Amino acid sequence: MIELENVAYSYGGGELLSDISLKLSPGSFHFLTGPSGAGKTTFLKLCYGALLPTAGHVRLFNRDVRLMTRDDVALSRRRVGVVHQDCQFLDHLPLADNVALPLTVSGRSKLDEAADLRELLSWVGLKNRADALPPQLSGGERQRAALARAVIMSPDVVLADEPTGNIDWEMSQRLLQLLVELNKMGKTIMVATHDMNLIRAAKTQVQARVLRIANRRLHLAGADL
Amino acid sequence: MTISVSQIVEFIVGDAQADRAVPPSGYTANLTTFSAAAMAFLAVFALALSLAAGRLADRWSDELARSSTLRISAPADQKETQTATALRVLETTPGVASARALTDAEQRALLEPWFGPDLPVDTLPIPQLIEIIEESVGYDAAGLRLRLTAEVPGAVLDDHTRWRRPLVKAASRLRVLGWLSLGLIGTAMAAMITLAAQAALSANAQVIAVLRQVGARDSYIARAFVRRFTLRGLTGAAVGTVAAMVAILLLPSAQGEGGFLTGLGFQGLHWFWPLLIPLLAAVVAFVATRTAAGRKLRELP
Ligand SMILES: Nc1ncnc2c1ncn2[C@@H]1O[C@H](COP(=O)(O)OP(=O)(O)OP(=O)(O)O)[C@@H](O)[C@H]1O
Ligand SMILES: [Mg+2]
Repeated sequence: MIELENVAYSYGGGELLSDISLKLSPGSFHFLTGPSGAGKTTFLKLCYGALLPTAGHVRLFNRDVRLMTRDDVALSRRRVGVVHQDCQFLDHLPLADNVALPLTVSGRSKLDEAADLRELLSWVGLKNRADALPPQLSGGERQRAALARAVIMSPDVVLADEPTGNIDWEMSQRLLQLLVELNKMGKTIMVATHDMNLIRAAKTQVQARVLRIANRRLHLAGADL
Repeated sequence: MTISVSQIVEFIVGDAQADRAVPPSGYTANLTTFSAAAMAFLAVFALALSLAAGRLADRWSDELARSSTLRISAPADQKETQTATALRVLETTPGVASARALTDAEQRALLEPWFGPDLPVDTLPIPQLIEIIEESVGYDAAGLRLRLTAEVPGAVLDDHTRWRRPLVKAASRLRVLGWLSLGLIGTAMAAMITLAAQAALSANAQVIAVLRQVGARDSYIARAFVRRFTLRGLTGAAVGTVAAMVAILLLPSAQGEGGFLTGLGFQGLHWFWPLLIPLLAAVVAFVATRTAAGRKLRELP
């Protein structure tokens, strides 16, 4: 699915990530941890082709991202659902339209969309907020909407960057539930998070590996978690 | 590249969903439409100027090539003989197709605008006019003058070239300037739309970033902008064109030779030419926005 080989990345200053290799196999569940500023968001961006590695190779669905055209990258976004850390929406469109945006831009038919959309919104508990504009949503509602938007295309991979950053424990449990459900449906999941409790809770439900970025490297975190 | 009608219709009708993805841009949109209207208005006048100047140049150079006048001022008793001599001279002049003395009635008609219909032409010492029709190669005016001074002392050859040639030149120049103005108007419109489109793309950088995140291709994003600006260019130019055509239609018209000012307008099938202006404006807007979007979208992260 996604494969990194001796990847390094720097924003111009010193190297932020170096010599990182990882293979995300289908159906796997990963957590990504590390101190703030370690490069978790950067790592995820490398994974979905938003950034190109400064050294090494990233392969998305067996294709080197460096050789992909802008259109290829756009098309790959439809197979990789991303929940961004700063979930951004089109503020002038109601929530339902925002969640359906990936379908809209891919030119899918609008017929089966409506039913799917209602189901999806109730799945993330936003059925009653369908007509709200994004600026009217709470942080947690935004994150759930972002998750719904990330999965509406039924992607093979879901990458979530701090999906529980703004929400209370109960709601983050619900969100985890959703991610676990997706994983059980065969999706490959990677979640960047600071929240150790969330990881512990997840480990009781699903076989998850925990990766940690520290000192520019990617480590497999110990079993003590 | 072939574009089918259905593609154009689809482009104009558009994808309502996709269109909503980019927020409406308020009054700057109206500015674009207004500028397109103003440009089209000017373009119609430039076109009218070129066409009128062209007609004038053609007509003048046509007449220039074809006719000249010989004026015979002689005492009444000699007028007839001198006229006959002049006609004989002209008959033997190479390059003259025909020569003909104007009748009294014709001379009266020429003077009528100044002196009224009741002028007793026959009792007045009015010069006799001879109309000369030239062959396409023309004749040697200087040689003819020499022969005439010898044989017809009262003859003055007015070959029209003297005063018409600069006018023809001016008219041709005016026509070129008209076309040049049209070109400049088109370029200015392209520049204006490029600026407006770039501003719109920059103002919507956030929207574009979101669309990218959810997998929109550049062509998809560009289309929303291209469609808007093309339609603005088209409607603005259509309004401006119609306004200018009405203005030209309402120009006071006076029949007759001289009126270059009143001749500014369209004749016959030429009325169809300005109708092309909105279409050209749409094409200019389409190309300008597409180029601007292509460049800007590569720039934006
Ligand atoms: N576009 C950028 N240009 C320059 N430096 C950047 C850019 N984006 C991130 N950085 C820097 O790279 C480092 C890693 O950023 P990143 O967002 O990947 O960290 P993170 O692990 O996701 O942090 P957090 O847990 O706070 O989200 C930070 O020091 C940040 O300042
Ligand atoms: Mg981050």
